[in-house]
Amino acid sequence: MDGKVALSRRTALFGTAGAVIAITLSPKPASASLQPATEAAIKKLIGEKTLTEGRITLRLPPIAENGNTIPLTVAVESPMTAADHVKAVHVFADRNPTPDVASFTLTPAMGRAEVSTRIRLGQTQDVVAVAEMSDGSLFVGRQEVKVTIGGCGG
Amino acid sequence: MAAPIGQPRVRLPSNAKAGDIIEIRTLISHPMETGQRRDSSGNLVPRDIIKTFIATFDGQEVFRMDLHPAISANPYIAFAFKAEKSGTFEFTWINDAGTRATSRSELKVG
Repeated sequence: MDGKVALSRRTALFGTAGAVIAITLSPKPASASLQPATEAAIKKLIGEKTLTEGRITLRLPPIAENGNTIPLTVAVESPMTAADHVKAVHVFADRNPTPDVASFTLTPAMGRAEVSTRIRLGQTQDVVAVAEMSDGSLFVGRQEVKVTIGGCGG
Repeated sequence: MAAPIGQPRVRLPSNAKAGDIIEIRTLISHPMETGQRRDSSGNLVPRDIIKTFIATFDGQEVFRMDLHPAISANPYIAFAFKAEKSGTFEFTWINDAGTRATSRSELKVG
């Protein structure tokens, strides 16, 4: 059990380092262009606003054999106090037939901005999360999932 | 015709210390029909999903989720909650037709 904990912590550390490198070196940062339908879905929910990369962690399996049920956790860095908290988190699947996945309304009573669910992805694609903060600032994060068998009934 | 909303299942610690952040995990049986699937005779199966989930604590809304067809069948929803005092959670699931399922859980803090 101890070994497992240590391993997962190490994996998490490497994962974090990898993410930092990916953000600085990857030719496809979080601001890389999204599908027009995804852009439209985001605009519909938050309007024409500037999104800042960061603060959001999307936990998803890198490879999903079955697109019908993929575990997703979204965590946003925030003290979750009355003065400074996450008001909403919107999740989009960039290449699903309709990009909207879910919108979460959060409150300071939660203490931590963390939510989990299970989602369907029709094909390999990026999952995008947008967080609305209580001060009006907006953050965006994205994570790719490789899907072996799509999950949109098609 | 809308699919029946199954029995909700909710898991949370029955006891917590003040200030603890607990995780509340919920599951409800429902097909979450996307409206894009065809039946064996080639007809589109109409959309029928749980589209809203609301959690209140002592009557105060603490968390809400708007679901789309991209949420898997038998929706699993989990979220964090900071235990400050004892009280009662009420969880509500609402489908496209407006039918509701509710579940209550007690939280003891002490």
